[in-house]
Amino acid sequence: MELLQTFEQMLGPAWVPVWTLVKILAIVLPLMGCVAYLTLAERKIIGWMQVRMGPNRVGYGWLQPIADAVKLMFKEIIIPSGANKALFFLGPVLSIMPALAAWAVIPFTDTLVLANVDAGLLYVMAITSLGVYGVVVAGWASNSKYAFLGALRSSAQIVSYEIAMGFALVGVLMSAQSLNLVEIVEAQKGGFWQWYWLPLFPMFLVYLISGVAETNRAPFDVAEGESEIVAGFHIEYSGMAFAVFFLAEYANMILIAALTSIMFLGGWLSPFPGIPDGFIWLAAKMSFVLFLFLWFRATFPRYRYDQIMRLGWKVFIPVTLVWLVLEGAFMQTPLGYLFH
Amino acid sequence: MNFADVVFFLFAAILLLAGLRVITARNPVHAALWLVLAFFTAAGLWMLLEAEFLAITLVLVYVGAVMVLFIFVVMMLDINLEELRQGFWDFLPLAALVAGLMIVEMVMVLGKETFGLVAPLAKPENYSNTKELGRLLYTDYVYPFELASVILLVAIVAAIALTLRRRPGLKAVDPAWQVKQSREGRVRLVNLKPQKPEYKSEEEDE
Repeated sequence: MELLQTFEQMLGPAWVPVWTLVKILAIVLPLMGCVAYLTLAERKIIGWMQVRMGPNRVGYGWLQPIADAVKLMFKEIIIPSGANKALFFLGPVLSIMPALAAWAVIPFTDTLVLANVDAGLLYVMAITSLGVYGVVVAGWASNSKYAFLGALRSSAQIVSYEIAMGFALVGVLMSAQSLNLVEIVEAQKGGFWQWYWLPLFPMFLVYLISGVAETNRAPFDVAEGESEIVAGFHIEYSGMAFAVFFLAEYANMILIAALTSIMFLGGWLSPFPGIPDGFIWLAAKMSFVLFLFLWFRATFPRYRYDQIMRLGWKVFIPVTLVWLVLEGAFMQTPLGYLFH
Repeated sequence: MNFADVVFFLFAAILLLAGLRVITARNPVHAALWLVLAFFTAAGLWMLLEAEFLAITLVLVYVGAVMVLFIFVVMMLDINLEELRQGFWDFLPLAALVAGLMIVEMVMVLGKETFGLVAPLAKPENYSNTKELGRLLYTDYVYPFELASVILLVAIVAAIALTLRRRPGLKAVDPAWQVKQSREGRVRLVNLKPQKPEYKSEEEDE
């Protein structure tokens, strides 16, 4: 603490931006580490589910993500001849920016949060809705049919599922009576049965599944369906430009896991009264949700495009709307405490 | 000039540049992307006014949904800009007149005397723009608000009704019907008595 104060005096007015930058790095760098080892976890877990070993050569598997990163860094970035060069490079940037910026308001514990803003939930929804631009711009700028098809599919899918996700979050904010993420978690105090997954169970399911669709993960990965359009929107990208898309996808997965844990699974709160709360609980819940992501991928065959649209528009949106009305009506009755 | 002013002028400059590029960009997709930037910086300006709900909703609705669909459409159209530019000089006088009128009107409305361009006072610490807006919308302005939402609903229904075509003989599958199918409707198990192959019976006859 004293060391910090001496630094603060040394830097003077430059202290605030420097200190904020340090805090941002303290979130982004571990996040990148998590992304790297999430890829390893994915390959290992899916390997075990399919009775394979998974990566086990580079450092018994443990150094595999590092090796992949080094390989990608030294690969050439090939620019297609007909590509729109400026937008071709803007695509990955637009993709990773929201995936990182959304972490600004994610609370890790009741005090450990970069920006404890009032409209945190709105901010998260707004920032995550920007992710689609990376996909669209990349697909268009590549000047390739496969990439373009992937971009079209993906943008339609993301826009559709965002609505269901938004409605699910409206349910959460009705229960918590706040848009502030810290207050939303505080409102779920009181153990496992007080978390919002129970009163808002349909919304929890809708949010989780829409989250899988938002991140273009299997079984909703028509945007990069290997068997039809090779790799979708990022087919023309190689080397680090591809790696940035990859980082964005996994950072988004971790973000959805964090949001699901905060909105429906009580964030950093411990499930049993008497056991202290802490970041460890949030980490455990996020790991559980991430495991579900991997499990889905190993289990389900890919949805067909029209089935995806039907699920989003004709199933999820009506379900959330009905539950919103139910929730609102119940809150006016003496049974309203069930939803708080 | 304090920090907020610097941010304001920076955002205003970006907004003007982006707005200018929307109408001067040669490529329609570029124009749409510049419009996205314009919306985004406008949201930043609103944020400076402590209207965080409006600012974030602008990003959420216009940048996150409306412009995506815009770009979606623009990307698929093969717009020939040469054709669009042909009538430029013919329409210029009329357009200049309209633009001039609009400038005069905006100066009259937004001028210092009528609009009072003073920086708004900073709100108290616990002020929540979202809460205030919600209170106003559902108390003082509840009828206009509900009316607007009904008009939007009618527009949605009309848009769907206009584009919905029921073509006969379509081979599209009906998932509800598919899910309802049971094993009984599809598989029939038949008990058959074991039969001897015919060639063998011929051998036995001999």
